[in-house]
This record gives sequence, structure tokens and C-alpha cells, in this order.
Amino acid sequence: MATNAGSRRFRSDPGLVARMTFTMFLIGALYVAVIAVLIAAHVNVGFVVVLAAGLLFVQYFFSDKMALFGMGGRIVTPEEAPELHGIVDRLCALADMPKPRVAIADIDMPNAFATGRNPKHAVVCATTGIMRRLDTEELEGVLSHELSHVAHRDVAVMTFASFLGMCAGLITRFTYYSGLFGGFDDRDDRDGGAPAWIVILLVSLLVYLISFLLTRALSRYRELSADRSGALLTGRPSALASALQKVTGDIARIPTRDLRQAEAFNAFYFTPAIANGFSISSLFSTHPSLEKRLAQLAKISVELGQPVA
Amino acid sequence: MGLLDTILGRSKPVKPDLDALFALPSAAVTLEASLGLKPTGVGSVCVKPAEGGGFAGLRDQIDQLLAADNDKYAETKDSFGFSWITRSGSPDDLADLVTDLHAVNSSLADAGFGPALLCTLVVFSDGREPALGLVYLYKRGTWYPFAPTGPDKRDNQRELGVRAALGDDLKIEADLTRWFPVWGAPGL
Repeated sequence: MATNAGSRRFRSDPGLVARMTFTMFLIGALYVAVIAVLIAAHVNVGFVVVLAAGLLFVQYFFSDKMALFGMGGRIVTPEEAPELHGIVDRLCALADMPKPRVAIADIDMPNAFATGRNPKHAVVCATTGIMRRLDTEELEGVLSHELSHVAHRDVAVMTFASFLGMCAGLITRFTYYSGLFGGFDDRDDRDGGAPAWIVILLVSLLVYLISFLLTRALSRYRELSADRSGALLTGRPSALASALQKVTGDIARIPTRDLRQAEAFNAFYFTPAIANGFSISSLFSTHPSLEKRLAQLAKISVELGQPVA
Repeated sequence: MGLLDTILGRSKPVKPDLDALFALPSAAVTLEASLGLKPTGVGSVCVKPAEGGGFAGLRDQIDQLLAADNDKYAETKDSFGFSWITRSGSPDDLADLVTDLHAVNSSLADAGFGPALLCTLVVFSDGREPALGLVYLYKRGTWYPFAPTGPDKRDNQRELGVRAALGDDLKIEADLTRWFPVWGAPGL
């Protein structure tokens, strides 16, 4: 009885899991196809693979430091930011996960991120802008979304997923330049076909494109998963929904800083084109649309609100 | 979390361990013998209230259950949005307190809100220094001491002393980073 009620209330979304699995299957299939083609064509791309692996390893291993540096985040102690630490403490105790380091970035743009190669080396960072705009419950929703990214090891998953795309991108660039400057000996030219470098360029470009679209799709599914896990952890999907609206909606573009201080930044505020339904921009974006995220949270809210039997 | 859950990006809510609460009465005997700390009769359950009718209905049920019991119970909400269901009774009957706290816990868990349970706190005092709390983490099944000395200040030395005294009686949380403070908890 207890487990029944529990699993009814906190359930995973089979549709989302299925779509994500299918995307990952396509990425895997692309890997296999590329490797098969490379073996069949006796192409030696060892150098590119090693280079891409090296770059991604650095990105994976130092993701926390790089992201903190990029956002200008600073690690804060519990004495400096008792409220932020208190929220993270409680969420970690609810989720039974080790507490990540907590950082604050002094930027008026409302944002938060979590990164790190595993839960033990994670850091969660909030900007002063988001802390000013959101109340405690909304901030808690955002932080539980970020902690879910840590728990799901999204840095590792996305690094692995983007490996092939990075290789293909590097090959494209190398081939383009070496072809441009006549670096390849054109053995295939005797048959009268296209030069080998053009074929390699086109194939790697195609692989890059497909892999780019697939990793973007995967990234959107991971965002939806983090929304779901985060909302279930706090039991308050509506708080996360309201935070999303504040952060990504129109309100986010209204500065909370004094006009005289913020004037220099006004040039950077812009209104993005609002896309209805399926569009090219939704294919390319790393985050699902606001409507999709709000719809999922509304569904979770209904599931949580089921009366006690 | 297993590999499959990582790959599929889903985390299962952690089930609470409720039974370890009953180890407290024997630990209290040790605590009184070694450090002179006695239970004050105050204990509380901290829970994150979920939104929606499900939790609200359950709260009504608990309120009725609690109201029937001579106003021993009170509910407070802290600044983080967590609810503390506090029971204050006779300092002498710790076993009774533990049974009541367990009743609150299990009614929440039975209704499917086990993942919303944060901790249980039982307050001890030696009459001289500020009160000290023993905090039970449901998700870990472990205990840790919390000795606040003022706003945002805690006495780590005293906490480590309690850990040393209780090592054999209770499963004390080994990871010190998880001894998170609960400032302003009821009874402290």
C-alpha cells in the first residue's frame, strides 16, 4: 500500500525516457556508422580522435572551474550566504546526495547553473540577479533543478554524447584547410570522381550536423528530466514553474538595478522572436520551450495533488 | 543511483528509513550517564509540504489526530518553507515521544509522502548550557548532534563530544559535511 501510493505520486515519465533513449540510440548508431565507414575506407583519423578526446577531457575534468570562471562565480561559505546554503543543505538531505560547493556570481542576469564531473566535485552557482528576483520557494525550485543535473551526471553524459560531433567538426575544419591549400594527394582523381578531400569534407559536415541536432535534442530531454526530478524533490512544481516564468519570461528583461547603474547594459536586452509550434529555432536550442516545461510541471502538479486514499 | 538511472536521467525519490528512530531511548540513557544530557520532552518532525490537495488532505487528517491528544502538538513553518510538527510532552517518557513521532512519520510515508520527510529532531538539555538536538536523517538512516549557541553559531566541540559518547548506541552520520544546521528549530 505504502509503496503503491508512493510510486503513484512520484513516478517517472515513460514517454520522456523513451524519447531520450531513442535519441541516445541514434547518437550511438551514428558512432557505429562512422566507425564502420572509417574502417571500410582505411582512413586513419587517430590524431583527430586523440585531439578531440583531449579537449573534451579537459572540458569534462575542469567543467566546474571553467564554468565558475566564465560566470565570474565565487565560492561562498555558509556564514557569507546562510540562506543559499540552507536551501542547498535541505535539498541534499532530502535527496540523499553529497553537498556541492555553493557559489554566487555578481551578475544582474537571472541565472543559475550546476556543473562538475560527478556529485563529489560539483558546484552550484546562482547569480545575484536570480536571488533578487525569486522568493525562497522559487529559488529552491531552481536549485533543485540544478542539483538534479548533478545527480543525473549530465556533464558526463553530454560530454560523451558530443564527442563524435567534436571529432567531425575537427575533421571538417582540417579537411577544409588542407584541401584548400592542396595538402592531400588526390589519388582518386584518376577515376575522374570528386577529389577525396571534398568527399571527406561533405561526409564529416553531414556527421557534424546530425550529431549537433541529436545532442541538442538530448540536451532538451535532460532539461525536462531535471525539471521533473527537481519538482518531485521539493514537491512544489508550481514554484519551479513560477521561477521559470520569472527567469525566462518577459519579467526577466526588466532590470532590478537602478537605471543609472544599469544603463550601460541596456543595449544588450533584446526580445527574442516568439516561435509558435515547431520551428527551426526549437531544433537548435539547448533548452525546451517555456510552454513545454510549464506543461510538464502542470502535469506533475496534478499527479502530486491526488487525494490520499 | 544506478548506471541505468544516470543514462536515462531519472532519479528515484529516496525512501525514508523510519525504524531506526526506536534506537533513541537506549542512547538517551548513555547520553545522561556520560554527559548529563536529559531529554526535554520536545521532539519534532520536519517535512517539506508538497503542493496540492493530496498533502492538504493528509495534513487535515494529522491535525485531527494531533488535536485529539490534549494540545501536545504544534505546527510551525520555518523560513525555508518546511513544516515542523512538534510534540511537547513529559520529559520522562522518551519512549512515548518516539512512538508518537513514528506515528506521524509513518502516516506521511503511507500516504506516499515519505520522500518529503527531511529529519526528526529530539531535544536534550543539561540545564546549564543551551539545548542540544539529536537530528535523525531519514534518507541516510543516521543521526548527528546539533548544538546551536546563538544565531548562526554552533558548538562543534560539544557536537563531537556527543558523537564520541553515542558511537556505540546510534548510527552516527560519518560524513561531517552532512551535519547541516537547523537554526531556530522548535525546542532549541
